[in-house]
Amino acid sequence: MSAGVVLDRVSKRFGTESVLADVSLEIRDGEFLTLLGPSGCGKSTLLRIIAGLEAQDAGSVFIAGRRADRLRAKERDIAMVFQTYALYPHLTVAENMALPLKMRRMCLAQRLPGIGRLWPGRKAVARSIRDDVAATARALEIAHLMHRKPGQLSGGQRQRVAVGRAVVREPSVFLMDEPLSNLDAKLRVVMRAEIKQLHQRLGATILYVTHDQSEAMTLSDRVAVMHRGTLAQVGTPQAIYADPENLRVAEFVGSPMINTLSAIVASPSGVVLDGVALPLRTGLPAGGAVTLGLRPEAVSLAPAPGAGLLNGTVRLLEHMGAELLVHVALDGGETLTAKLDVARAGLVAVGRAVAIRPHLDQVLVFAADGRRLRCADHGGAVPASRGARA
Amino acid sequence: MTVPRPPRGTRELLSAGILAGPALLLLLATMLLPVLAVFVIAVTDWQFGAGHLSFVGLDNFVALFGDAVFRASITNTVLYVCLVVPATVGLGLALALLIESCGRLRAFYRAVHFLPYMATLAAMAVVWEALLHPTIGVVNRTLQGLGWPVANWLRDESTVLPTLAVIGIWQGLGFALVLFLAGLKAVPRDLYDAAEVDGADGTLDRLTVVTLPMLGPVTMFVVIVTALRAFEVFDTVRILTEGGPAHASEVLLHTLYVESFEYLRTGYGAAVTIVFLLIVMVLTLLQAKVMDRRVHYS
Repeated sequence: MSAGVVLDRVSKRFGTESVLADVSLEIRDGEFLTLLGPSGCGKSTLLRIIAGLEAQDAGSVFIAGRRADRLRAKERDIAMVFQTYALYPHLTVAENMALPLKMRRMCLAQRLPGIGRLWPGRKAVARSIRDDVAATARALEIAHLMHRKPGQLSGGQRQRVAVGRAVVREPSVFLMDEPLSNLDAKLRVVMRAEIKQLHQRLGATILYVTHDQSEAMTLSDRVAVMHRGTLAQVGTPQAIYADPENLRVAEFVGSPMINTLSAIVASPSGVVLDGVALPLRTGLPAGGAVTLGLRPEAVSLAPAPGAGLLNGTVRLLEHMGAELLVHVALDGGETLTAKLDVARAGLVAVGRAVAIRPHLDQVLVFAADGRRLRCADHGGAVPASRGARA
Repeated sequence: MTVPRPPRGTRELLSAGILAGPALLLLLATMLLPVLAVFVIAVTDWQFGAGHLSFVGLDNFVALFGDAVFRASITNTVLYVCLVVPATVGLGLALALLIESCGRLRAFYRAVHFLPYMATLAAMAVVWEALLHPTIGVVNRTLQGLGWPVANWLRDESTVLPTLAVIGIWQGLGFALVLFLAGLKAVPRDLYDAAEVDGADGTLDRLTVVTLPMLGPVTMFVVIVTALRAFEVFDTVRILTEGGPAHASEVLLHTLYVESFEYLRTGYGAAVTIVFLLIVMVLTLLQAKVMDRRVHYS
């Protein structure tokens, strides 16, 4: 059982500050969509609006085709995993997971402590809840923790219990608000894989909020990059990486960050970067300023200086294992990071002059306002499959 | 150095002694010795200012438990505590929840309720006496105006203790309230959000699922402090009733005071002190032990 979510021109302001401005987005049934953005971009607020924990000022939220604006959180058929896990510290793991079922399946009288037990029919409901909790716990491999309290669990175990509490209800939509950000780096990678598997097993719609691009890239079917309360771009991880629609998305996604170099338009079909003429079509009149976006892997070392090559001096080397990051100070004053195969380490040394060849077909050209210029000879319409992952 | 250095263990002991010494001496002089003195005096017939004393064993304690006034004093104190503690904690919590939910004027309400706690109770007692005056007091005038029965609140054996309890509640309420308000502030917002998503979004459900359990530690603290303060009730009794009428408001500290400083039976007073100390200690240990297990969740 799963369903899609549709946001229709959702806006929200806190006081005079606009947090979300006309956000429209469609999350398909069974899709894993990540809201990615720096802190303060409104992604958590958007999630809370979908959850019903916050009311939007304008616009509508549809869940499973149903307008949810006036529904309370519990009526929206959603479950949420919080950044802090928000487990009830006084309840055991089993009680934590049973609570959402209890609230749904038992009437007020049956929930009362003590005398609730005497209420007719409670026993059968309690058994069904116990069975469901046990089944979910087995699937998540937390069955051995059932009688512990959250305070006695490690971070990873707590995270799993928080997911368990969400899963046990079998909601249509899962909302996850930075669920991995409180874990250490190693555990984060493990839990990332588990969440991915969970999505494949349940086939549920998952909306996932994070500021961590590697989570967004590895987990999602589609990524929605947010910036200052608006959607900067929505697309597959590959498209977001290789074919960003503006400079901000290009800068936010990718590690190490994309190199941005200022260039001057020399003619509609050529720019000048650091005194080096590059045949890149911008369609702009001569004299205009553009920004060239070069992924670190979109450059290579040339054996000797020559036409169309950027000259510079190596400032820093970073060995990353299979790769080598070379920080180059270009003669024109700009800096550039190149990602090279570690086999080429012998060709560079700090202080040595190098010639850098930009792969013109991978150069992204942005206008002065950050907008992507797609009329370039090569840069436009890069096939999604060629985009390497961060 | 030709002098052999003392072995390592001895040196450590020495430096430990030097470092801990001053604090230990202070502790002895200000805490342990006075308590010890009370225990010693309690087994003598010493009278304050007398030049001689003799050892009487447990005679003071035997006399104590044979004394009707002392028994009344214990009963009254326990009764007073049983009236004041639940009411203070319950009302404090209820008020805190109301103030927290109202949003505006929060600081004002907090200050107003905290005033009685800050005010000198001796001065406030005079105000209470005026309010409760049988003929010209506002309380009886109001009751009369409404056509309801009046009472001689502080001079009637059946009303004096409850009346003192009301004053005690009035005074301690602000303290409980402020602590509960602080406790409410410390409840993570995420838990309320989780409860809302989980379906516990009614007032009662929010209270039982999140608020009350999370206030456990604060509640424990408030109960213990309120109980200890109630056991120590003295100034209102001293100023308003002097334990009367007919010992109906005689409480432990008042008995202690009268025996020690009015009748100057210091040995007897010391025995009362020991009983008082024991009660307070047992109460504290019991509460901490029983409740600690239920309110701290890690």
